[in-house]
Amino acid sequence: MDWLNAIVQGTLLGGLYALFAAGLSLIFGVMRLVNIAHGDLIVLAAYLGLTTTVALGVHPLLALIVVVPAMAAIGYALQRGILNQTLGDDLLPPLLVTFGISVILQNALLEVYTADPQKMNAGALETASFDLGGLTLGWLPVLTMLVAIAVIAGLQWVFYRTPLGRAFRATSDNQDIAQLMGLNKAHVFGLAMALALAVTAIAGLFLGIRTSFDPSIGGGRLIFGFEAVIIGGLGNLWGTLAGGVILGVAQTIGAKIDPGWQLLAGHIVFLLILAVRPNGLFPRVAA
Amino acid sequence: MTKQPLNRRSFLAGTSALLAAPAILHSSRAYAATPTLKVGHVSPRTGPLAGFAEADDYVLEAIQTAFSGGIENNGKAWNIEIISKDSQSNPNRAAEVAADLILGDEVDIIVAASTPDTVNPVSDQAEINEVPCITTDCPWQPYFFGRNGVPGQGFASTYHFFWGLEDVIGAFLDMWDKSGVAKKVGGLFPNDADGNAWGHPELGLPKPLAAAGYDLLDPGRYQPLTDDFSNYINAFKDAGCEIVTGNMIPPDFGTFWSQAAQQGFNPKVVTIGKALLFPSVIESLGDRGNGLSSEVWWSPNHPFNSSLTGASAAELANGYTAASGRPWTQPIGFKHALFEVVADVIARAEDLEDPEAIVSAIAATNVETIVGPVNWANGPINNVTKTPLVAGQWQKEGDAFDLKIVANSSAPHIPLTGELALL
Repeated sequence: MDWLNAIVQGTLLGGLYALFAAGLSLIFGVMRLVNIAHGDLIVLAAYLGLTTTVALGVHPLLALIVVVPAMAAIGYALQRGILNQTLGDDLLPPLLVTFGISVILQNALLEVYTADPQKMNAGALETASFDLGGLTLGWLPVLTMLVAIAVIAGLQWVFYRTPLGRAFRATSDNQDIAQLMGLNKAHVFGLAMALALAVTAIAGLFLGIRTSFDPSIGGGRLIFGFEAVIIGGLGNLWGTLAGGVILGVAQTIGAKIDPGWQLLAGHIVFLLILAVRPNGLFPRVAA
Repeated sequence: MTKQPLNRRSFLAGTSALLAAPAILHSSRAYAATPTLKVGHVSPRTGPLAGFAEADDYVLEAIQTAFSGGIENNGKAWNIEIISKDSQSNPNRAAEVAADLILGDEVDIIVAASTPDTVNPVSDQAEINEVPCITTDCPWQPYFFGRNGVPGQGFASTYHFFWGLEDVIGAFLDMWDKSGVAKKVGGLFPNDADGNAWGHPELGLPKPLAAAGYDLLDPGRYQPLTDDFSNYINAFKDAGCEIVTGNMIPPDFGTFWSQAAQQGFNPKVVTIGKALLFPSVIESLGDRGNGLSSEVWWSPNHPFNSSLTGASAAELANGYTAASGRPWTQPIGFKHALFEVVADVIARAEDLEDPEAIVSAIAATNVETIVGPVNWANGPINNVTKTPLVAGQWQKEGDAFDLKIVANSSAPHIPLTGELALL
């Protein structure tokens, strides 16, 4: 039963990791941009959520109505204002610029919100749980998992069923030809970043309800996002969810053997998969 | 004796000496009317440890006012200049700014506070460069053993005042003994400097807890910033733990505490070091913060006064709340006390020009500060002296949380302000 519990809790944890990773996966898939600032953007979203809940006195989940559009707007502005200038044949400039954004964000958050750990108060949702066949499941982790599935399904639908998704895929396949076909590359990338940061907003709010956060914790969350993306296969959204779950289960099973192995087990599984299948488990069909 | 004509070399040597003279004379304080003594100060103003230094501006302002008239040493007034630098919560950066203060600003005394990450690198730099150094706000074991101190030998120019692990254990046991709950303790120790020291089988919690009749269940070291504690919670539940203790950072405690509730694990006493020091952390936990307990280094109820300004602990703490609109925090008292010790040393040193004389003055310190007596003659080990430590519980009063002192047997002169309530 303990082992089953470890697997179930790990699966639910995977939902959170998938939320962290979905935005990364999306922007990497569309524009081959590795966003080092992703973790700090998650923390930024958590702070925006906190400000909204405090200012309007609403439940953190209702704050999503404000934070998701706000983050999307930030994403569009960030992409068109800064990141588009750095994209090109060389992978290094965008990497360095997002690294710089990460440092700036951390310190700006520190200036504005101080180093105090903050937490969003979601009332009974935080601690509520239910029994399922002898296991105790928290409502919050279950909700996180369901939202992760919904977000991935939503992104998948956008990607393969809408004109916007067609624009994303076309630009991803060949930027120059997409441009010739009348797609504005800069605008498409801006929209992709907006969508990615909208997902980040959801991840940030769930992080902020689950645990306390301060301006410096973003970097630690980034690595799980990257690992989930790479385990699942670059650019494959459902693969990202699977990657998150694999990472979560590996961690809880590692912790079951010895708590010191929790993070290590996740990293080892990641390395094994990278060694055996360098493209991840479910790489998108090569274009 | 033939008269030497003035040649080019002697002309150059003579004129350059003449030109340089004012510069040399200027920087040599023996000729100045009121000499200036420079004090370097390193603290983590930004980064993850910034909470420890949030009151720096407030404390330093009061200190600078107190120092404005200068300090008298051997019948002569000295101006005190404090140069403050930010360690950015990074040990490498702390060493860098300490070296900068010592070699660039040529400070006469260097002080540092807040966690081994700040205190140790600064002390190491001071030790290498033989600059007198006073530090605080870091348990003495990581300070002493973390710097490879040899008991019996100690260090030449670096001195430290704070409490140690044995005091934390004593204060926790004192509090738990009063609670009357089952003596089953769950331990949460991270894989970092503090967690390994606390969980150390010989030097940490396990031995004294066993000696006091407590069963400590320690499943192992977790990595900081873990997102899942379900295995710990299950192990604690199975063992019937009624007390949870450990040394955690706030995000990890937040994760553990909400998961514990989800999994139906309800310990009666939760006493965690480090994470529960600051009121902001407790407030962020909402109602779930009520009843958590922690060590108390300093509080407004401590019966001590500043030797510099005469202000009581309550006046210093309330002054901060009034000036900033934020609740008091425990490092405020220690930061103030650090400069009390500096002032005392400056007044007593036999020769302020001589670092060795300053070091001997530090070693001979015996001053009643706002955090209690500081006297290196009474230390547990070379270069270290201890201030009293008690245990407290956060209790909700109206809308705000108050840290009530609930156990004080190691320092009975610090009054109890509340009774331990079970969760």
